[in-house]
Amino acid sequence: MTVAPGPPHRLTRRQRQRTTRIVQYGVFAAVVLLVVFTANWRDLQQGFFRPDVAASMFPGVIFPALVNTLLFTLGAFVFGLIVGTVLALMRLSSVRVYRWVATGYVELFRGLPVLVVLFAVGYGIPIAFPDRAIPGGVYGKMALGLGLTAAAYMAETIRAGIQAVPRGQLEAARTLGMSYTRAMVSIVIPQAFRIIIPPLTNEIILLTKDSSLAYVLGVTATNVEITKFASDVLNTRVNATPLVVAALAYLVITLPLSQLVRRLELRAARAR
Amino acid sequence: MTDAVVVEGLVKSFGATEVLRGIDLSVAAGEVVCVIGPSGSGKSTLLRCINLLETPSAGRICTLGVEITDPDCELDALRRRIGMVFQQFNLFGHLTVRRNLTVAQRRVLHRGRAEADRVATDALARVGLADKVDAYPAHLSGGQQQRVAIARALAMGPELMLFDEPTSALDPELVGEVLTVMRELAEGGMTMLVVTHEMAFARQVADRVVFMDGGVIVESGPPDEVLVAPREERTRAFLHRVLDPTGLTEAELEGG
Repeated sequence: MTVAPGPPHRLTRRQRQRTTRIVQYGVFAAVVLLVVFTANWRDLQQGFFRPDVAASMFPGVIFPALVNTLLFTLGAFVFGLIVGTVLALMRLSSVRVYRWVATGYVELFRGLPVLVVLFAVGYGIPIAFPDRAIPGGVYGKMALGLGLTAAAYMAETIRAGIQAVPRGQLEAARTLGMSYTRAMVSIVIPQAFRIIIPPLTNEIILLTKDSSLAYVLGVTATNVEITKFASDVLNTRVNATPLVVAALAYLVITLPLSQLVRRLELRAARAR
Repeated sequence: MTDAVVVEGLVKSFGATEVLRGIDLSVAAGEVVCVIGPSGSGKSTLLRCINLLETPSAGRICTLGVEITDPDCELDALRRRIGMVFQQFNLFGHLTVRRNLTVAQRRVLHRGRAEADRVATDALARVGLADKVDAYPAHLSGGQQQRVAIARALAMGPELMLFDEPTSALDPELVGEVLTVMRELAEGGMTMLVVTHEMAFARQVADRVVFMDGGVIVESGPPDEVLVAPREERTRAFLHRVLDPTGLTEAELEGG
């Protein structure tokens, strides 16, 4: 909303711009001051920012909680990336059956809630294959459960990336005598991944937060992750400070990640 | 000595469109053949059938003594012996010039790093770009990129080189450097099949010129015949359009 005082032609264009800007800053400052001075800071601090409660969460919130969140996320991302790449190649295949299978998989797993998939992995597979255990315990189950779903999303992203690589790249590689597989691995897929770095970052950040679903698998003290750790403290201390600490712990993961990706993108841009 | 390329009764359709309507062509070892013709005449498609980038609808093609149209032929093994240069260069953008030249040597020919590097350096020197070995393709001019593309093909030690309008995407002042490299290659005895619009190059370098129009070979022979004294009216009309794009005669220019 612009509030330009006076008749429209009394001020020059620059004066009008400056006036508008001043009014916008004024409104913003007023809102901030209103919140700052009317909020009940003492009660809010008692409920959400108690230093003693926050202090009691260390070092547990870092180790094992944050470390486990990272492990769950990384496991799911790597597994999802591999399955997603295979699915993407199947969707682009000239073999109709491969295309059908991949399309069916993507449609199914994009539609299922992650919670349901995790439940199926955690309790369905042990019943179906009683003599075999999923390697890695909770870590393996999380990688599988989250990864199966992430693969469906990533497959579409990776397929778009592969299709964005000019056809001539594959042709040039094939005329040098490379097999289709070799050309994809050495030439096309590396360039596809450079194109899809931003959406893949999104995916890994979403996975970081989905890792909080680990509680359905019945985690123990050693493999607890951030959210479960915080909600346990929340229940014992009857105070919301753990949620704030947990939120900060997630930012500790995602902010450096964004920074890292920005660097990767810059590096890729130099080669372009 | 067997011919490097033998094409018999080649037909290629894209859907209902018949792009090649029965091509017979042979290229002897060591021969330089330039294919000219209006756009849409099927000359690029012909070239792309010779290393099976396009699958022929009918006909038979023997390349370097191997029947490439045989579904059981060892296609990748044969393609190693055929170099190809594209209109759009198609250098691998994520790799340095050196890696562009070594990736196939390493992965396909299984050469060691040192040998691959040495071959790459030699090939780059042949195209006059030894100093660009660590550059990325995006940092090179079009002419330099195309010369790197030629060097990339040469690093595989090809017995036959296919050129698909190698200078059509270049700024006019960069065409010369690429044609010079191609001429030197021809003088070195390389068997070459060149689809081009560069009539002067065809005139000077080709042993034989093939004129295509409407998916058939209209006329073929030594450059002095096809380019200077064509027998066919269609060839004459095409050459007139190419060599004299404004359609003005000298008299009209002076008069106007």
